[in-house]
Amino acid sequence: MADFQKLGVHDLKCMSRTIRTDILKMVHAACSGHPGGSLSATDIVTALYFNTLNINPKDPQWEDRDRFILSKGHCCPVLYACLARRGYFEVNELLTLRKYGTKLQGHPDMNKCPGIDMTSGSLGNGIGCAVGIAIAGKVRNKNYKVYVMLGDGECQEGVVWEAAMCAAHHKLKNLIAIVDVNKLQIIDTTEKVMNIEPLADKWRSFGWKVLEMDGHDMVQIVATLDYAKTMEGPVVILAQTVKGKGVSFMEGVAKWHGAAPSNDELARAISEIEGVAE
Amino acid sequence: MEVATRFVFGNELLEIAKTNDSFVVCNADTKACGIEAMSELFPNRSYSIGIAEQNLINVASGLAATGFKVFACTFAVFATMRCCEQVRTYICYPKLNVTVVGTHTGLQVGEDGATHAAVEDVAIMGALPNMTIIQPADAVAARSIAHASIGFTGPLYIRLHRNPSPVIYDDSYQFELGKATKILNYGDDVALISTGIMLQKVLDAAGILNAKGIRVRVIDMSTLKPIDEEAVLEAAKATNAIITIEDHSIIGGLGSSVSQLLAEKYPCKVKCIGIPDVFGESGPCEILYTKYNMDTTGIVVAAEKLVAQKNINNRNE
Repeated sequence: MADFQKLGVHDLKCMSRTIRTDILKMVHAACSGHPGGSLSATDIVTALYFNTLNINPKDPQWEDRDRFILSKGHCCPVLYACLARRGYFEVNELLTLRKYGTKLQGHPDMNKCPGIDMTSGSLGNGIGCAVGIAIAGKVRNKNYKVYVMLGDGECQEGVVWEAAMCAAHHKLKNLIAIVDVNKLQIIDTTEKVMNIEPLADKWRSFGWKVLEMDGHDMVQIVATLDYAKTMEGPVVILAQTVKGKGVSFMEGVAKWHGAAPSNDELARAISEIEGVAE
Repeated sequence: MEVATRFVFGNELLEIAKTNDSFVVCNADTKACGIEAMSELFPNRSYSIGIAEQNLINVASGLAATGFKVFACTFAVFATMRCCEQVRTYICYPKLNVTVVGTHTGLQVGEDGATHAAVEDVAIMGALPNMTIIQPADAVAARSIAHASIGFTGPLYIRLHRNPSPVIYDDSYQFELGKATKILNYGDDVALISTGIMLQKVLDAAGILNAKGIRVRVIDMSTLKPIDEEAVLEAAKATNAIITIEDHSIIGGLGSSVSQLLAEKYPCKVKCIGIPDVFGESGPCEILYTKYNMDTTGIVVAAEKLVAQKNINNRNE
């Protein structure tokens, strides 16, 4: 995309704050949704859409575009906010999240919302779909990359590892997975519900190259995503994050996995996010 | 001559692949239908996914999202049940162009027993919105369906059979989506609606019934969803007595579809022949068909009984 200027780190940080505010307003307006995992993923998804991905909002079906699949589909508020801010649809449509007739379904629908590369929502499956898109890119000699974001709790799904094995078997150099390691799932920590560690060793033993980063340090995020592009994949980036990041009373609190803020909580959350503006 | 529909279908796809590069194939380490040979002929268009059916469907979904027509092939018992949710959410919901080819359906797997006998696959696939379901009655139909499936766009389930079965149609047969084939029309006593490889037994039964003076019609319902309503209603209006015959559970298959249709639009006598609410078991399939009155004798007896009931009702009216 020639006419889009990739955002630098400073502007990406500003955009992240805008996206976080969008997410909270959307979930508040919908009276339901998943703020915790959306906020943990915000800095990474913002970097993808405003720096890394080779995409064209005017031509969402462009066949040479990079793909992004949000395998942890319940965190779609972050994706919808990035798509709207990137120009795929009007920003004011964000407040239709989860409402009757909306293109912003409770989980991403590739046929309803422009810019969604794959329907998702039931955990574990997005990475297999990404493998399919990556195989297609390989056999057609396309240059696109396929990015897929998973949750750490999602790695408890067996089908994740079927896909991981398959990606290495087919030597998919164009596939980059990102695990949002926010260490919480619905009822408690991943450690208590079903320990997934050692995660890096697991991916490595499945034939993937493993990178690690702080999922809230924009300099690291941009550098790691850039570096991953140059590697011969499949590559997985394990991003250490905080669930609910950016809102003090949501950070690290499992209940904010799937709860909407009240009017008062929304106001406090937004003032906190705007308060850290540089 | 007897041929298995799965091999005819797979071999025909291989033939088509030589001149048509619009489709790709995903396999799950089963020698399901012979299409596995495509990985040697066209390694760039055939992908081994291993014993991982959920991923088989997800990969097929991703390939289809880039514009490929995809065939995902394995035993029906796995293709429709092990990865049922993936077929639902990643093929049917986004309406992707994936044909799920399920082989070894019904009681034909015989000796393999209950774990491998897909007797509920149509019920499961049929409940999924956007899904179309096709089943050939013989090798000729399987070949025609191979061609039709290439031109079909959207989620499709093709139900194929393990064992060789009699060839019924001649080469003039052309599969038409959503259209039943009216094979015989001896009269208006009873209509036998068959799907899949049960057709030969139904035709044998029709001959016996005809000799006994019971005039039957025979219809081959090769598209199970959407069902050919017109053909069913026409037969029901002419005969007031319908028998469905399928190598599948009587719950959720052809019998259920026909019954639902007739209950709403033309109530009449109906008998559903198929597997009752039980799992399969090891044994030669012909013995199992006899056990559940799905053999020629069972069909004849059911038809005689239904016609007798109809005639008693007519006299009482």
